[in-house]
This record gives sequence, structure tokens and C-alpha cells, in this order.
Amino acid sequence: MTASRAGTASPAAKSGDPAITRDTLPPAFARWFADQGWAPHPHQLALLAERDDTLLIAPTGGGKTLAGFLPSLVDLQAPEPGLHTLYVSPLKALANDIARNLARPVADLGLDIRIEDRTGDTSATRRARQRVDPPHVLLTTPESLALMLSYEEAPRIFATLRRVVIDEIHALAESKRGDQLMLGLARLRSLAPGLQVAGLSATVEDPAALARFMGGARVIEAPPGPAPDIAMLPTSAPAPWAGGGGHYAAADVMEAIRGARLTLVFINTRAQAELFFQALWAINDENLPIGLHHGSLSREARAKAEAAMASGALRALVCTGSLDLGIDWGDVDLVIQIGAPHNVKRLVQRIGRANHRYDSPSRARMVPANRFEVVECVAALQAVAENDLDGTPRADAPLDVLCQHILLTACVGPFDADALYSEVRRAGPYAALSRADFDACLDFCATGGYALRAYDRWQRLLLREGRWQLRDPRAARMIRMNIGTITDPETMKVRRRGNRVPLGEIEESFAASLTPGDTFLIGGQTVRYEGLREMVVEVTPQPARQPKIAVFNGIKMATSVQLSARVQALLGDPAQWDALPAEVREWLDLQRRISVLPEPGTLTCETFLRAGRAYFCIYGFAGRNAHQTLALLVTRRMEEAGLGPLGFVATDYAVLIWSLDPVADPAPLLAAENLRAGFDDWLAENAVMKRSFRAVAQVAGLLQRNLPGQRKSGKQATFSSDILYDTLRRFDPGHLLLRITRDAARHGLVDFDRIEAMVSDRPRLVHARAPHVTPLAAPLLLEAGRIPIRGLGEDRLIEAEAARMMAEAGLYFGDGAPDMGA
Amino acid sequence: MSGFPFRFAGQAFTARPSGALWWGAEAALVVADLHLGKAERMARRGGALLPPYEVQATLERLGAELAATGARRLIALGDSFDDDAARDGVAAALEGVFAGVEVLWVGGNHDPGTAGAEAMLHGIALRHIAAEGPDISGHYHPKLRIAGRRVPVFLIGGGHLILPAFGTYTGGLDTDAPVLRNLIPEGLAVLTGRTARPIPLGSRRRA
Repeated sequence: MTASRAGTASPAAKSGDPAITRDTLPPAFARWFADQGWAPHPHQLALLAERDDTLLIAPTGGGKTLAGFLPSLVDLQAPEPGLHTLYVSPLKALANDIARNLARPVADLGLDIRIEDRTGDTSATRRARQRVDPPHVLLTTPESLALMLSYEEAPRIFATLRRVVIDEIHALAESKRGDQLMLGLARLRSLAPGLQVAGLSATVEDPAALARFMGGARVIEAPPGPAPDIAMLPTSAPAPWAGGGGHYAAADVMEAIRGARLTLVFINTRAQAELFFQALWAINDENLPIGLHHGSLSREARAKAEAAMASGALRALVCTGSLDLGIDWGDVDLVIQIGAPHNVKRLVQRIGRANHRYDSPSRARMVPANRFEVVECVAALQAVAENDLDGTPRADAPLDVLCQHILLTACVGPFDADALYSEVRRAGPYAALSRADFDACLDFCATGGYALRAYDRWQRLLLREGRWQLRDPRAARMIRMNIGTITDPETMKVRRRGNRVPLGEIEESFAASLTPGDTFLIGGQTVRYEGLREMVVEVTPQPARQPKIAVFNGIKMATSVQLSARVQALLGDPAQWDALPAEVREWLDLQRRISVLPEPGTLTCETFLRAGRAYFCIYGFAGRNAHQTLALLVTRRMEEAGLGPLGFVATDYAVLIWSLDPVADPAPLLAAENLRAGFDDWLAENAVMKRSFRAVAQVAGLLQRNLPGQRKSGKQATFSSDILYDTLRRFDPGHLLLRITRDAARHGLVDFDRIEAMVSDRPRLVHARAPHVTPLAAPLLLEAGRIPIRGLGEDRLIEAEAARMMAEAGLYFGDGAPDMGA
Repeated sequence: MSGFPFRFAGQAFTARPSGALWWGAEAALVVADLHLGKAERMARRGGALLPPYEVQATLERLGAELAATGARRLIALGDSFDDDAARDGVAAALEGVFAGVEVLWVGGNHDPGTAGAEAMLHGIALRHIAAEGPDISGHYHPKLRIAGRRVPVFLIGGGHLILPAFGTYTGGLDTDAPVLRNLIPEGLAVLTGRTARPIPLGSRRRA
């Protein structure tokens, strides 16, 4: 497909444009390929010949990166001074890796060019030099690009730019980083008319949508390569009823590792990765080199694992999504997925990690962690076989990212609002942006956008002679310091007492729950919590001790819409059960006899009594996040109805609620209009909403994450975002940032859109009154992560901890007031 | 009177869940670090444009506390205003809240003009920054990490009674910070929030 970019004249080729001579591979390059014993892939040549912007879709091992750089290297046979090619990747490490990989062809071909990377790790002197004298090829990340674009000299630096290569664009498109990058790209197109953009992507379900995201591009699809060899890993014991760790299969996984050259073991959470890594080492009699890699480990620890893997020193690596993106990891010949894959597309991309050679099939094995997950794994296998990839349509372009972009634009110098608006609309995600929304963002940047026009004297941006500019040019420094759209939860470094090298990071909320003496796992070792020291968690090693706690990262991905539908179709239709193992068939058969099956097209609920509690189970198949929201909405109504809800547990497939009194009729609880009415009230005071608001406020520049000197003083210089949220809600409920937060709640952690879809797509409500706990509901009773009904939940936590500490200290206060002396 | 009652330097006090201190013998409400006008000062300096409702929110809470306690006196322990410009800006709003209440301003490092001013009542010094005890002070905005949150707290012990910040937009200093450890090696922290709840300080700091 070719999509023209709205609003731009077609770029005229400048005279002497080297691109004109790129129809075929020049002889020197043809020789170079021959010397390597390679033949160029057809898609590499197609990209070389293409004049338009391109989106290359190729599986791992398809020579994507070389395809992306080949046109640049051909152009640069006769280099002119100045920046020619900008390469953007989601990972700093990838930028380093590419620099190394390009060095060889550049040397072999005798090209006289400079290739440099520029990331958050690049030294200040080098960055300063790059601003004065940019290299021919610059390798960077979206955040570093945004920073460079905010410099006053940006127009000069980028004027010579001919090509932009965006690596792993499918991954960038999944987050706000992608939106920010597309805004940056629109700016680059203004600074360097005639720019050619190449996006490089792994297999995706909707290439045309990704091309639109780029602002329009011709899609080139490489042949997909042979079908993967993917199956369930045979295990000696059946999957347990509940849980998520997959430990029952440790010995079977060990056996598989033994039979392969290099195995990647993917597992869904960091805590599970730590525990599974331990479980493997506990039975690793041959001392096979098995490593660990996840996002909570220190950079040093991760780099070590990566290097060991690249050099062939490892036989297996236990990892999380931290390895989902594309550094060339050497000769992986087996991928094992522990736990439900949640998402078929991601599974396919992970499978692609096995065997980087293009022409041989990837080998992958799946290990469901519990019986529900057996069904999900089988459903996923069927989806892979049918090449039915799931995808969530992109949400509307996020306005908080636009706010940040406007502020960064002001850092460059005065700008014209009309020109900026038309430039922004050239970014794919913002093609449909209304002028009203743009103006609201501009107003937020200029005045704060409050109903009370309090800052007219102190506006951040001023309109002078028709152009917007910073009132106080010194503000530019603060704005630049807070670039970026990644708003991870606050983390704290962990290090061994008396040792400066950090072991890794844990979430602050987890750190706060520790008391001295608690043990937890990090980096594969059990450590004892000693205390906090200058914002660092100090620990001592506790070899050979079972950790008390191993939970330090909570966010889990929800199962995709398509895969959930497949799971329900499989589970609710006995005609398809042949695909399932015998013990799962028996389980479902028992369910059919005692209660009902959640048939496709129905929203099935069960109620039953057990041990003096009334249980209400909703088989929503809407994913974990939506289920959690559903449970909060339903229990709220149950509270109003006086049913005395006590708690709930939410999984990807169902919600189980327990209460003092039974639910007689679920219909009103699950009626769309009632859920919607509850949603608006609930949204306002919910902790998940506050978390979303915090991210929005940080990206939009209301809350500053980084302030000069903050680390040193130890004084928390920012205020609680909860207070800003409450203040805004109370005094200015129509404010732009609240609107952005509400819009964001329809996806992601709150995921209300899926609840709406659940109710509207499955209009037939089935309510079964079961005599006792049912086979399908039983595993839910065993699930971890039970949530007490909110309201006082958080307060209760504090009360319990305070009471325990008082008791420990031997302090009890009755009615008499304690005398604290003087 | 809701809150946590205790005795300090021979006097009876109540730590209120709001972060204000009730001093019965003086019929006085004591607050620290109102930081009125902070949002405007940040805006003036080219920083973030915070919701401009902070003065209103702080004064509403203060007014509610004065009404609930029936206080005849208000003692503000410094950093009441972020600077002169802020004081001018909120003067009118103050009139309404403080009608009929005698106000004692203690000087803080942000307060123009009154810096360093102290007072002495019943042998207890009222000052902005803790010095020689027994004294009641503010300045540090102490916050305690508990159950995954940072909660503003009163700190009591070692001859010092340190109040949390009452202002709406205020950051805070961890109770683990060396300066606070030195001032109060052992004692109590009283959490603010829904209820004023005491917890011992020493045990958390054994490390």
C-alpha cells in the first residue's frame, strides 16, 4: 500500500541526490555479500530500490537491520558532511549493538564515515561535540531524539538528514514512546524535507495500521519462513489446579534444556522468574550454566547475562519480557514459555527468538502453569497454527504526550501555533487531532488550563507578535530534564551492605512493606532486608534460606481479546475437547454435570455457598484488568444492596466474589447501564485512577520527576500526585488532565472498554445455582492475590502494621494519654 | 476531641488527624508550614503550573479545624507564606478564616520579615526549626514510609515535638533522614490521615 501524507508536498529529489543511484546493489556491495557467502534477501533489495517511506515486516533472522542500513551505506559511498541517517530503537543496548555490527561492513567496504550512538549513557562531552559536528549515522532512542529536537541548533543538526530507520517499530507503537517518536518524526520531516523513513517490524497482525502509524508507508513483507515447531512440553505430572509458577515442570524443563544447545525460558513476571530460576538450580546436578535476566536486575547483572549468552557460555537463560526485543543473542535453538502466553502475537515473536537462521523452523514448547492455562495454551497453539494474531487497536493519540511535545517545541524558540498544528497532524497517531484538542493542550502548556485564570501574570508560554515562547527561558532546562513517556513505578536500588554495586531494584511499595529480617529473592539469591540507608535498600546475603517473600512486581499483562474468546470457545464446546489432555477433559466434564459450561456467546455466572460464605462467580473472559474493575464495580453495588461483600479474586478468565449474603439475581449487577453509572463514581476515587493520573501529570509536565539537586537533599521535592488529583477533582473537574486520565482508563489497567464489550457481545446471561463449589470455580478459591473490599482496605493495612509494631515495642495505649516527657 | 492525646513537657496535647496540634490549656490550634502561595511562586519562577486552588484548599481545612476545636488562638510555626508576594496575594482570604481568632505568627525561613521570631509558652519554645528542647516546631515536613505510602507524621521525643506540614502542596522528609534521627533517636510518630495513629520510632530505625 502507499498512503500519501496529508498536507505535504511530495518531496522533490534534490539534484545530486544519491538516492537516485540506488536501484541495484553497487558492485562493491555485491562483492561484499559474496565474500560473506551470502546472497542479499529480495526484501533487502526491495528496500534499497524504494523511493517512498517503507515498512519492512520480517521475522527474526530475516536480515532486517542490514536491510534498514543498506540504502544508507550505499548513499554514503560518497559521504557529504553532516548527519545522513538517524537510527532509532527502543533499547539503548540495541543502539550499542548496531554500532558494533555495522563496524565490519563499513570497514570491509572502506567507507569513510562516522557512526556514533547517543543515548542517556553517552558522555556529556561527546553529546556536546555531536551537537556541533554530528556523525553521518547517529544511533539513538526516542527520548534522546526528543531531547536533541529541543535544542536551539536542532534545525541545523537535522537539515542534512536523508534517512530515518526505526527499529522494532511494532514494539514502539504499543506505548506512548511511539506517539512521542512520531511527533519527533513529523518535526524531522519539517526540518529535512525529502526525508525517507524505513520502519522495521516483527510480524504483526495489521501491517497497514502500523504503516498509518508511521504517517503512511509502503509495506514490504519478507516471506515468513517455515512454520514453527511448537507444542506443549510433555510433563511427568499434570498442571496443578491453581498458581502461576510452573514449578511442577522444573524437571521436565531441565530435561529439555539438556537436550538443546541454548534455551530461552520465558516466564511472565519477575518474581516468577526468580523462583523458577531457583527451582532449576535446585535440580541442576550437572551444573549447566543457566542465567537469569529481568528488568529488576541491575544493569551490570543484565549486561553480564547478555554477554555470557552472546559468547556461548550459557545453556539456558530464564527471562521475562526484558528479552522480548531484538538484540542478536546468538544460537538459541529452543524457546520455552512458562505460563499462559496471554497474547498470540507476543508468543509468535518470542518463538521467533529460537533460531536466528531464517530458513529453519523455530522450536518452542509451552508449559501451562495451571489447568485454566492448559486450555489457554491449547487455544494459543491453534491460533499460531492458523496465523491468527491478536492485536488491540491503538487508543486515540494521547494528549499528555502532545503537551510535552509543545513544551519541548517552545525550548527551541518561538513557534507559530498554526504551523505546529499542521505539523503535528502529519504524525500518524495525530492525523485526526482536532484543533480544539490541540488548543486545549496549548492552553494547558501556557496557562495551566485552569478554570480559575490564576497564572495570567506568570504564564509559562506567552504569545508575542503572533508566536508562542517561553516566558522564562530558564524553564527550558527543567522541561528538558523531564523528557520521556516512561513512568515506571518508583523503584529503589538494592545493594549488599558495605558494597556499592547494586544488585537490582525493587518497587518502592514493596520496599516499604519490608521489616528488618525479612528475606526475599533478587538476582537468584536470597537476601535479608537490613534497612534503608539514603534511599537504598540494604541487604545481606542469606545463602540456603528459603525466601519469605518473592513478590516485587505486580503488573501483569491481561490475556488478549482474541485469545480469551478462543479459550471460552474451546472450554464451552465439548466437541472441541479432543485437543485437551485427559485430566482437563475430566475436569470440564465434571463441571458440565454439576453446573453449567460457560458457552460462547453467554455471560455465565454461578452462585454457591461454602463454609458460611456466599460465592458469586462471573466467567467474564475479559482479562485480568477488566475483571478487577468489574469486581470493584459489582462489589460496590453489592455493598449498597447490603449483601456484605468481603473480598474477591480476579483472573484472566473469571471473577470470584464472596459475601455474607448471596446474590439472588445477578442481572441488575451486570446490566450495562448500571455498570456505566457506577464507573463514573468509582473512577473518581480509585487508586488505579490515581496511578494513571500520576503518569499523565508527569508526561504532560505538571509533575516533575527530576528536579535539580533533589537526590542530594533527600527531601521529597515533589508533592503527592494524589493531592493534586483530589484538588483538581474538587475545584476543576473539567480540567484537561482529568479528561486525559478518564480516557486512559478505558484501556490498560482499568480496561473498562472490555467490560462494555463483554456485556454487549454476550447478551445472554446464564445463572447457575450450584449445590456446592464447582470444578471451574474451585481453582479460583486457591488463587493468590485476594483483594479485600476497599474503602478501608488501605487503612486496615496500616492499622495492622502499626498495632504489630506497637506490640513488638511493648507499647500499649489505653485511655490514658502517654507522657512523652520533654 | 478526635486525635491522639499525649503529654509533652508537662502539657496535654492532642495530635489531630489533620496534622494540626490541639493545645487545650491555651485553647490554641498549632500548625506548621502552611506554605501559602507556593503554587504561585513556582509559576513565577517558570516551574510547573500547579492547580491554583491550594490556598483555598489549605484555608478551608484550617477553617474546619478552627471550627471543630473551637480554638481561640492559632499558632503558625513558620513557613506560613512562601514569600512576600504570596502574603499579599492571600491577605483577603485570610481575613475570613481568622475572624475572631488571635493569630501568633512564628517566623520561618520562607517568611519575609519575621524570620527567626520565636515565642515561649509554659516553658516550651515555639519555633520554626527544632533547637534546644523542649520545643514545638515544624520545618522538616516529616513523612513516614509505611505500607507502601509516605504518610505525614508528628514526631515526638527527645524533648522535641515536630509537626507535619499543614499546607496542601508540600513534599516531605523521611523520618529515617539523619537530621531527624539525631533530633529524635527514640520516640513516637503519629500518623495523620483518617485517624491519628501512634507508632514507635525506635524499632523502625534499628538497622
